Amino acid sequence: MTDETTHALAFTPEDLPNGKSFLKPHRIALILVAVAVIVAVAVLMRWDWLPRYLPRLGWGILVSMVMLFSTSILGFLIAVPLGLIQITGPWYLKGLARIFCTIIRGTPLLLQLWLLYYGLGSLFPQFPAIRQSFLWPYLREAWPYGVAALTISFAAYEGEVMRGAFAGVPAGELEAARAYGMSRWTMFRRIWLPRAIHRALPTLNGETVLQLKSTPLVATITVVDVYAVISKVRQETFLTYEPLLLLALIYMCLTGILVIAFRYFENRIPTRGA
Amino acid sequence: MTDAAQAIAVTDLHKRFGPLEVLKGVSLTARQGDVIAIIGGSGSGKSTLLRCINMLELPSAGRVSVHGEEIRMKSDGRGGLMPADRKQVQRIRTQLGMVFQSFNLWQHMTILQNVIEVPVHVLGKSKAEAIETAETLLRRVGLYEKRDAYPAFLSGGQQQRAAIARALAIQPLVMLFDEPTSALDPELVGEVLSVIGDLAREKRTMILVTHEMKFARDVANHIVFLHNGVIEEQGPPEAIFGAPRSERLKKFISSIH
Repeated sequence: MTDETTHALAFTPEDLPNGKSFLKPHRIALILVAVAVIVAVAVLMRWDWLPRYLPRLGWGILVSMVMLFSTSILGFLIAVPLGLIQITGPWYLKGLARIFCTIIRGTPLLLQLWLLYYGLGSLFPQFPAIRQSFLWPYLREAWPYGVAALTISFAAYEGEVMRGAFAGVPAGELEAARAYGMSRWTMFRRIWLPRAIHRALPTLNGETVLQLKSTPLVATITVVDVYAVISKVRQETFLTYEPLLLLALIYMCLTGILVIAFRYFENRIPTRGA
Repeated sequence: MTDAAQAIAVTDLHKRFGPLEVLKGVSLTARQGDVIAIIGGSGSGKSTLLRCINMLELPSAGRVSVHGEEIRMKSDGRGGLMPADRKQVQRIRTQLGMVFQSFNLWQHMTILQNVIEVPVHVLGKSKAEAIETAETLLRRVGLYEKRDAYPAFLSGGQQQRAAIARALAIQPLVMLFDEPTSALDPELVGEVLSVIGDLAREKRTMILVTHEMKFARDVANHIVFLHNGVIEEQGPPEAIFGAPRSERLKKFISSIH
């Protein structure tokens, strides 16, 4: 293959619209519409409440982000063994992993969250051992239950994704690793896992965006994330559209950042024809 | 059997896949500097034989020694064998440079990363040393310019040459080639064969499963003809191709010409 074809197959910045290509009639029209909408929203709607709530909004965004990252990372760390067990594990572990994934994926996250918070959360105080343990100050709070529920949910979904990703790594590549004397652990660490993650990245990207949009559920158990702050704004100002539009904008920005970050990692290893 | 000049010794090897016996007692010895070509029709068991040498397939019975060291086996409890000591197998595998039909390069690594992977992460060499060796090898197989490319962007012939460099990087005692040109487009076969031919002329010990009869005749000093899981005939290439004795070998040779 020549260098030109290789180049043509790779994704390059030239594929994106550049400054000049924006100036086409249909694009100019759409840009004008967008500007008009933004001006109308800014002028015709009420935004005087915004400065008052900015600090709380910032804090809320931070809480949402912490919820997203902590639960995605923890959930992924559980998802890797969950996926691996379903391929290589003994039958009883396979069965357990499959049951776990099926139950968690088959019930609403809101239900799981409430079962943990209102169920377990109200059981714990009845045990003096728990009330005297060092964990009690945390177990009295709401956020650990939110983190637990979101982590478990992410682990179950991503466990399935990783199962597929592990299974999809070509057997020949693993065979080559064995043929050169790699131990099982080295093969897993150097070949199987990175190869599976790379294959799963586009799916993980979508799933992380979904996870972001699941985080507002923690507001139902009194965790004050950005959604809870916006609810507060609505109660206090009797406004409906303005806070909700702002909330939509915030989630869209966060989603955009996530997508760009994942793209960066995906493009570090170019894939042909994908 | 502890003859160090014996690079590979296979003794009375059997391999069953369920009811099917693919190898029915094969013995084969490769001395240092030997270039052995295993030929035979499809289903003759030639790839299985090669894969049993580095235990990618576990033999059902028989013994394999590498450099005079026998691979210790134990019963797997289902009528077959399994390695008694996984560490021993891993160590012996690092002396065997395997080249696969379908290249099997690691797709998430560049060519250079593929070549230094085993030296660094299995043999414990320093990265600088491994890169130096790798670059020399890549120059040899004509891929130095492609060292930072990913395998998916290379042609089949380039990928196979990279795979040969990867196998050479472990400084193997024996090179094992499992039909290295069978997955290639016809016009790419030549570049891979020329690399393998160079290695043979260096007196590098190798065992080669191949369909390229002319090539086998040119580079090998010993030809093994496998048929239905037994060695039907073996000997120097002139004898095998020039004066075949068994009917089956005569038929096989005439069928490919």
